[in-house]
Amino acid sequence: MLAPINISMESLNVLTLTPMLIPVVGALLILVLDVIKGGLHKSLYVVLSLLFLAMDFFSVVDSAGIFAQNGTVLGMFDVMLIDGLAILAQFIIVLASMLFIPLSLTHKRFHEFSYPEFYALFLFMISGFQFMVATDNIILIFVGLETSSLALYTLIAMHNRDKSFEAAVKYFTMGALAAGFFSFGAMVFYALTGSVEINKIALVLAANGYADIGYVLVGVAFMLGAFAFKLSLIPFHTWAPDIYEGSSASMAGYMSIVPKIAAFIVAMRFFEFLVHSGIVWLEVVLYAFVVLTMTASNMWALVQTDVKRMLAYSSISHAGFVMAAILIGTTQANSALFLYWVLFTFTNLGSFSMLWISRQKNLPAHQMSDHSYDKFAGMIKTAPVAALIMGLFMLSLAGLPPFALFWGKLYLISSAVTSGYTVLALIMALNSAIAGYYYLKLIVYMFMKEPVMGNDGHMYVANATLALKTIIGIAAIGTIFAFVAINPLLEFITAFVYNSGY
Amino acid sequence: MLDHILSILIFFPALAGVFGFMIQKDGMRAYGVSVAAIEFALSLWLWYAFDGSVSGMQFMESLPLVPSFGINYTLGVDGISLFIIVLAAFFTLLGIGSLTDTANVKYMIITLLFLQMTMVGVFAALDAIVFYVFWELSLVPMVYIIGAWGGPLRIYASIKFFLYTFTGSLVMLVGMLFMAYFYYQATGVWSFGLLDWYRLVLPENLQLWLFAAFFIGFAIKVPMFPFHTWLPYAHGQAPTIGSVILAAILLKMGTYAFVRFSLPLFPDASAFFMIPIAILAIIMVIYTAMVAYAQKDIKQVIAYSSISHMGIIILGTFALNVEGVTGSIFLMLGHGVVAGALFLLVGVIYDRRHTKMMSEFGGLAHVMPKYATIFAIMMMASVGMPLTINFVGEFLSLLGFYQQSHILTLLAGIGIIVGAIYMLAAYKKVFFGEVTNEKNENLPDVNKKELFALVPLVIVAIWLGVYPKPVLDPINNSVKSIIQLMHNKSITELGQERIPDLVKVKEIVIQETTIEEVR
Repeated sequence: MLAPINISMESLNVLTLTPMLIPVVGALLILVLDVIKGGLHKSLYVVLSLLFLAMDFFSVVDSAGIFAQNGTVLGMFDVMLIDGLAILAQFIIVLASMLFIPLSLTHKRFHEFSYPEFYALFLFMISGFQFMVATDNIILIFVGLETSSLALYTLIAMHNRDKSFEAAVKYFTMGALAAGFFSFGAMVFYALTGSVEINKIALVLAANGYADIGYVLVGVAFMLGAFAFKLSLIPFHTWAPDIYEGSSASMAGYMSIVPKIAAFIVAMRFFEFLVHSGIVWLEVVLYAFVVLTMTASNMWALVQTDVKRMLAYSSISHAGFVMAAILIGTTQANSALFLYWVLFTFTNLGSFSMLWISRQKNLPAHQMSDHSYDKFAGMIKTAPVAALIMGLFMLSLAGLPPFALFWGKLYLISSAVTSGYTVLALIMALNSAIAGYYYLKLIVYMFMKEPVMGNDGHMYVANATLALKTIIGIAAIGTIFAFVAINPLLEFITAFVYNSGY
Repeated sequence: MLDHILSILIFFPALAGVFGFMIQKDGMRAYGVSVAAIEFALSLWLWYAFDGSVSGMQFMESLPLVPSFGINYTLGVDGISLFIIVLAAFFTLLGIGSLTDTANVKYMIITLLFLQMTMVGVFAALDAIVFYVFWELSLVPMVYIIGAWGGPLRIYASIKFFLYTFTGSLVMLVGMLFMAYFYYQATGVWSFGLLDWYRLVLPENLQLWLFAAFFIGFAIKVPMFPFHTWLPYAHGQAPTIGSVILAAILLKMGTYAFVRFSLPLFPDASAFFMIPIAILAIIMVIYTAMVAYAQKDIKQVIAYSSISHMGIIILGTFALNVEGVTGSIFLMLGHGVVAGALFLLVGVIYDRRHTKMMSEFGGLAHVMPKYATIFAIMMMASVGMPLTINFVGEFLSLLGFYQQSHILTLLAGIGIIVGAIYMLAAYKKVFFGEVTNEKNENLPDVNKKELFALVPLVIVAIWLGVYPKPVLDPINNSVKSIIQLMHNKSITELGQERIPDLVKVKEIVIQETTIEEVR
C-alpha cells in the first residue's frame, strides 16, 4: 500500500508561479467579463491587459529582488527555475508586451481588436512565454512553447485577411513540425540520461564523458531544428517573411521580438553546456547557422520591394547576429544578447509601429502592397516629423552610433573579439555594412525622392491615435537616449547573467 | 565656461539646429549665419586661450558614459586638432553665408549645423568610441546634402559614399574593440581612452593587424588610391556647399585620424608600412593628377586635384619625422582653404551658367575680371606657389619624406609639376582667349555674397603663406611630443631607425673620484 504523499507547502515555493499566473488570471477575467456583458469597447480590454501586465512586471521586479539577495530560486517540485536569465527574459517579454498592447487602439477599425478573446489569448501567450523561460524542465518548456505558439497562430489568423489565414496555417504547420522535432530531441535526451531537466542531462552526459556521442548528436540535431524554426535561422526561415507579411504590422513587430527572446533563453540553457563541453560538430554547425543567417537574409532583404518584408528579413538577420552570442557563450556574450535584445525591442517595435500607423484600409492604385517603398517616397516633404522618426529607427537598425542598437552591436562584436572569434567579428561588422544598404534605401525614398502625386501626407498617420503616438514616442526616446541607459543596464544584466552561472 | 568650451563648441550648433526647426523660412539664413558666427567666435576664443607652447592636451573634459565598459566622454585639443576645429567653424560660417538660392534652405542650414557638430566632435574626441560616434554620424548629414540637393546621379553618389565609408569604419570599429581588449588584457580594466592607449606597447604582429584594420577605415575616408572611387561621384553630384565642406573638412578626418591613431598607437607598424603607403600615396598623386588632366568638367578637375594633394598629406604623415608630420598637418589646413575655395569658385560659375563643362567657357577673364583674379590666386595656391599656404605644407611634407627616401620624394615632386600643368591648362581653357560662347558675354562678376566667402579665404591663403609661424609653432610642439612618444614606444629596429629620437641622451662620464677619510 502506498504511503500518502506528504509535501509541505513551504517547499513548493508557490510564489515562483506568481508572475506567470497573473496574466492567466487576467485572461480569465477578460473572458468572464465578456460572458457577463459582451460588446464592450476595446479600450476596456486594452487597459485591463495593461494593468495585469503592469502587475506582472512588478512581480518580476519582486523576484528580481529575491534573486539579487538569495540567488537562484527553485519551486514547484524544482520544476520552476527563477534565475537571472529567467528574470531578464521576463522583463523583456512583459515590457515588450506592454509596449505592444496599446497598438491595438488604432484610429481605423480592425476587427480582431474588438474581440475580447484577442486579449485573453494574448495574455495566455505571455504566460506561456514566461513558463518557457523560467524552467529548465524540457516538458514544461514544451508546454510553454505550445501554449504560446497556439495562441500566437490564432492571433495571426484573427487579422482576417486572405494572407493572414495563409500565414496562420503556414505558421501552424511549420510550428507543428518544429514541435515534433523538439519532442523527438527531448526523447533522445531522456533516453540517454533518464532526466528531463537540462542541468541533470548536462551532469549525466558529463559524468559518462559523452560516451554515446552519436545519440547526443542526433538529439542535438533535432533540438537545433526546433530552435532554428522558432528563431527563423536559415534554412529554417522560410515561414518568417510570409507570416510577417500576412499579419498586421504591430503583430509582426511583436513576433520579431518576444517569441525569439523566449527561444533564445531556451537555446542558451540547452546549447551552452554542449558548446562548452567541446562538441566540435555543434560549434561548426552553430557557426554556419550564424554566418549563413546573417549574410543570406541580408542579401534577400536587399531585393525586397515591401518595407515590411524587408524588416522581416532584417529581423532574421538580427536574430542570426544575436545567435552568435550563444555560439560564443561567455558571460560577456550572454549579457550582450540581453543588451542587444532590449535595445532591439525599442528600435524594432518603433519601426513596425511606424508602419502600423501608416496602414491604410484600401490600397491606392499605384501601390502594390501595404507598405511598398514608393509609398514612402518624399515623406520628408509631406510628413516631416514622421519621416524623421522613421529615419531614426532605420539608422538605429543599421547600427549607426549613438543610437540604441549600435551599443548592442558594439558589445556583441566586442564579446566575439574577446573570445578569439576574430573572423566572426569581422563577418558581423561587414554584415552590418551590407544591412546599411537596405535601411538606407528606405531613407533614400523618404528623404531624397519626390512624393507621389496627390499624397498629402495624411496617409502616413492615417491610423494614428494618441496611444500609438505615445508608444512611438517612447520607442524614439529609448532609441535616441540609449547611451545614457547603457551603463546601468549593462551592469544589471551582467550581474544577473553572471550570478546565474552563464 | 572655458572648462567646457569643447562641449559647447560641439553641441551648440546641434542645439541651434534643433531650435532651427521653429524658425520661419525667411529668417533662416540670418539665423544660420549668426549661429555659425557665434561658433566661429567661440573657436577663435579657443585659439586665443590655447597655450601654444604646451605640447599636450588642453581643455580636457571627461565624463563617464559607460564606465563598466571603459567608454568615457573625453575631449581635448592640442596643436594638431585646434586649427582643424577653427577651420571647420570658419568653413561652416563661409558656407552658410555664401549659400546660394537653394530649395528648402531651412533644412539645408539645419543639416549643416548638425554636420558641424559631428566635425568638431571628431577632432575634439579623445575616446575611441566618442570619436567613432561622431565619425559615423558625420555621414548622415553629408548623405542627405548630396542625396537631396545633388545632381542627376545624386542618389547613386550618396549611397556609394555612405556604403564605402560605413564599411571601412566598421572594420575600424573591430580594430578599436581589439585595441580595447588588449588594453584590458594588459591592465585588467576596459578603456577606450586614447591617452590610455598611447601608453600601451603592443607586439609587432598585433600592431600590423590593427594598423591594417584602422588603415581601411581611414584610407577610405581620405580617400587613398584604390579606395578613392567614391569621391569623384560625391563631388560631381554634390551641391557646391556639400563639395566645399567635404573637401575642406570631412576628408581631413581621415588624415587627422592617421596622425591621431595610427602613428602613436602603432609606431612599428607605421615604420613597417611606410614605404608601401608612400608608394600608394605617390600613385595617388601622379595617377589622379593625370586623370584630372583628362577631365572635361571643371569640378572634376578640382575633385581629382584634391585627391592628388591628399596624397602629399599622406606622404608627409608617413615621413614619421617632425618636419613631415608638421607639414602634413599644415597642408591639411592649406588644402582645406584652397580646395574649399576652388569648389566655391566653381559654384560661382555653375550658378550663372548651370554647367561645369570647360568647353562651354573661354575668355571669362574679360567678362569677370575679379572672379578671374581670385581664381588665379587660389589656383596658384593650389599648385603650391611660394608665399601661398600650400607651399609651406608641401615643402615641409616633402622635406620630411626626403629624409626617408630620395627617389620617392622626387616622384612626388613630379606629381606636383603635373599638378601645375593641369591647373594651368584648365585655367587657360576657361579664362583666356576670346569669349567664344555668346552666353558668357554678359555674365555678372562675383557679387557681395560670394565675396564674403572668397575674400577671407584669399587673405588666409596668403597670410599663412607669408607668415605661417603662429599656426606652425603649436602644431610643431604637439607633433614633437607625438614623434617622441612613437620613438619611445617603438620596439623594432626598423622603427627605431625610421622614427627619430628628439631627445639627445646626455652622457655623464665621471672621470675620477677620490674619497678621503676625514679625521
